[in-house]
Amino acid sequence: MDLILKVWRQNGPNDKGHIETYPVSGVSPDMSFLEMMDMLNDQIIRDGGDPVAFDHDCREGICGMCSMFINGEAHGPNRGVTTCQLHMRSFKDGDTITIEPWRASAFPVVKDLAVDRSAFDRVIQAGGYISVNTSGETLDANAIPVPKAQADEAFNAATCIGCGACVATCKNASAMLFVSAKVSQFALLPQGQPERATRVQRMVDQMDKEGFGNCTNTGACAVECPKGIDLSNIARMNRDFLSASASEE
Amino acid sequence: MLESKIPSGPLAEKWTSHKNHINLVNPANKRLIDVIVVGTGLAGSSAAASLAEMGYNVKAFCFQDSPRRAHSIAAQGGINAAKNYQNDGDSVYRLFYDTIKGGDYRSREANVHRLAEVSTSIIDQCVAQGVPFAREYGGLLDNRSFGGVQVSRTFYAKGQTGQQLLLGAYSALSRQISKGKVEMFTRHEMMDVVIVDGKCRGIIARNLITGELERHAAHAVVLASGGYGNVFFLSTNAMGSNVSAAWKAHKKGAYMANPCFTQIHPTCIPVSGEHQSKLTLMSESLRNDGRIWVPAKKEDAEAIRKGTMRANDIPEEDRDYYLERRYPAFGNLVPRDVASRAAKERCDAGFGVNETGEAVFLDYASAIQRYGKTEANIRGLRNPSEAEITMLGKEVVKAKYGNLFDMYKQIAADDPYETPMKIYPAVHYTMGGLWVDYNLMTSVPGLYAAGEANFSDHGANRLGASALMQGLADGYFVLPYTIGDYLASDIRTGAISADAPEFEAAEKGVKDRIDHLINNSGSKPVDDFHRRLGRIMWNECGMSRSETGLKKAIADIRALRDEFYSDVRVPGTADQFNPELDKAGRVADLLELGELMCKDALERNESCGGHFREEYQTLEGEALRDDEQFAFVSAWEYTGDPSEANLHKEGLKFENIELKQRSYK
Repeated sequence: MDLILKVWRQNGPNDKGHIETYPVSGVSPDMSFLEMMDMLNDQIIRDGGDPVAFDHDCREGICGMCSMFINGEAHGPNRGVTTCQLHMRSFKDGDTITIEPWRASAFPVVKDLAVDRSAFDRVIQAGGYISVNTSGETLDANAIPVPKAQADEAFNAATCIGCGACVATCKNASAMLFVSAKVSQFALLPQGQPERATRVQRMVDQMDKEGFGNCTNTGACAVECPKGIDLSNIARMNRDFLSASASEE
Repeated sequence: MLESKIPSGPLAEKWTSHKNHINLVNPANKRLIDVIVVGTGLAGSSAAASLAEMGYNVKAFCFQDSPRRAHSIAAQGGINAAKNYQNDGDSVYRLFYDTIKGGDYRSREANVHRLAEVSTSIIDQCVAQGVPFAREYGGLLDNRSFGGVQVSRTFYAKGQTGQQLLLGAYSALSRQISKGKVEMFTRHEMMDVVIVDGKCRGIIARNLITGELERHAAHAVVLASGGYGNVFFLSTNAMGSNVSAAWKAHKKGAYMANPCFTQIHPTCIPVSGEHQSKLTLMSESLRNDGRIWVPAKKEDAEAIRKGTMRANDIPEEDRDYYLERRYPAFGNLVPRDVASRAAKERCDAGFGVNETGEAVFLDYASAIQRYGKTEANIRGLRNPSEAEITMLGKEVVKAKYGNLFDMYKQIAADDPYETPMKIYPAVHYTMGGLWVDYNLMTSVPGLYAAGEANFSDHGANRLGASALMQGLADGYFVLPYTIGDYLASDIRTGAISADAPEFEAAEKGVKDRIDHLINNSGSKPVDDFHRRLGRIMWNECGMSRSETGLKKAIADIRALRDEFYSDVRVPGTADQFNPELDKAGRVADLLELGELMCKDALERNESCGGHFREEYQTLEGEALRDDEQFAFVSAWEYTGDPSEANLHKEGLKFENIELKQRSYK
């Protein structure tokens, strides 16, 4: 396959940035999108140029590091996959492909397609945990039965990979889907109950501080989420947040 | 010289009695002590969190943009623990025994027994943290089976167990970061360790965004930096996984143990072409229900390779379920090294089933039928049609393995619910690593290694679902206690200064190496060399090894390394975000490690576990150990050149388990 790539180049957070065009040829349909990017960089390096910086690591769709906005969609045209799991057979010979970074003020560009998502870590640090120390003397695991349906739902919320596609997709750059997934995981489990109210308040406060936008319930985030995190998590978080605020007064 | 510090006393009491007798640091003094943890996977995150909870001041480092992205996240199948929830006769002893046997009698009894002992606490701890393990309808935890054992002791969260456990450890770590007890450095790479007066007193780190070199001093350093499977270029490791932290420690005096013990995992998606950058694992849990086979007739295999025949066209009687045939007692659940070699044997004999001839089938058809029938009974369906049974069976399989099947479909563009998957072995894990004593301290005082980065528990072959167990055991329950024994003598030392000449010298060494790479006016990108190194390692130091092959590999690697230093091209500058430069530094270290691996494989004149020397096999083609000569850990001391490394032998004593030929028949 021969392709034309239009790639966002930006030398750092303060650079204005621009689109640069690169033709690539000899792309195999079996390549993953990132392997196609490797090929582009190989070509750029051999020609003495500056390769395109992009984040990636596990290349099996679970680490959440890859983060490309491809032809106007987070992780490209396919649903339920990350960029590393997208294969070139999803494109046609002769296609022009536009590749941009996640765009959100809470995710400043590091270089080219790599962005800084440490805001997500700070939201988790604000309360995305159960306060239990390591001891080896906690209750036996089976002393806390959890109904299967509830456990499965908690698991589904917990599968969020923290990639940020929800933020990149949202027109307001809202992080509600990400934050609500973590809030829900613990809200659904008995172990999460003691800190349920403070957790949601602290995480939402931090989310606001980081400069993420408001949620207007368009649901675009859930459509683009590679792990299928459900919108109902946002509703659950909103309820928890309201009831926590109400009981505070 | 090699002091393993294994406590005396009966095996089952060693750990408890050791904990009762080692030195402690009181809470007020812990506040005066700084500990550095490099790596934030299961071992690193859990160690950093636990040490901080205990009161130490911790600095944690990872090269990823967030600690949650360390490659433990990708572990799929599960974590073992001797809970005996299934009442199938499991016990601490049995987990210990299975692990020693699975490791082909090349690990320390005392370490493995401790691992089995703390395994149950891990599950309790994780549940308390809110890790959403799979549950049964009654609300209790579910288990599955893994290779090399005859009980169900594996806890899991669909095919994302590593993710859920890592997020648990990451949440514990995040809590300590918010309290200010852990200072977290993301996008930082450890470039060297600093030794002052014979003790490890800090590291040189590089900020990967700005390129700045930083000095970090501490009373002790923990390396939890993972394994070195990427020496093969193609592996199931993440692209960034590397040996550099461990290798730098090795060059500063830490011994490297059993570097040739690498695990080739039997069930991965086969290589599809030259462009390939990594291989994807299909969890071992799939061998619970999937059956592995190749055509029994060579002409059928040829027809499949040509595309004139499909798997489903081959009748039952013309299929060779070779694992069930060769190993009736364990069948498809033999350990990984055995399953991998058996696949290679069939493919080498001409029965491979993809274009390259390097693939076998993993078939779910009979599992779908079996589950479908059970499900029909549960739902009270009378005389269900075949279509109904198949549909129900697919639903059950989907609930158990859905994400793995989706992943396969995505990569291979083939539907595993309808036609068997094609799989082939790939490099997955490295049992070898930094030599550590019972306290997890390397041969450098104050320098510790945890998780995959050390060599300690898996011998010559790791059992499935034991890596997660070991990472968390080291980080939550072993290292936080044992490190106190060393630090107790440091309570009056005061803060360590990063201005010492040793820090200056180490920083200068790092800077010179970086300058050399960046100023080299070569012509080829880093990956070019990495790929070629991988090919040498896979061909000569992979699933089977021979004296001639290994000697050739050593010469080839040395030549490649020279070429790398004269002809590598690293674009950009050293003071910017420059992933190519990061990669160049890592590949430079892999080019040295590969040579030591080959040397280790060459000196071990026996076959054991994942180390299969063609010269040493039984008549049936099984690994032939030589316990008289080789029941020891090879611990290599760096002397300036990988080929000139000094060998130290730690003899392995088996007081509780009788050494015998491993049999899974």
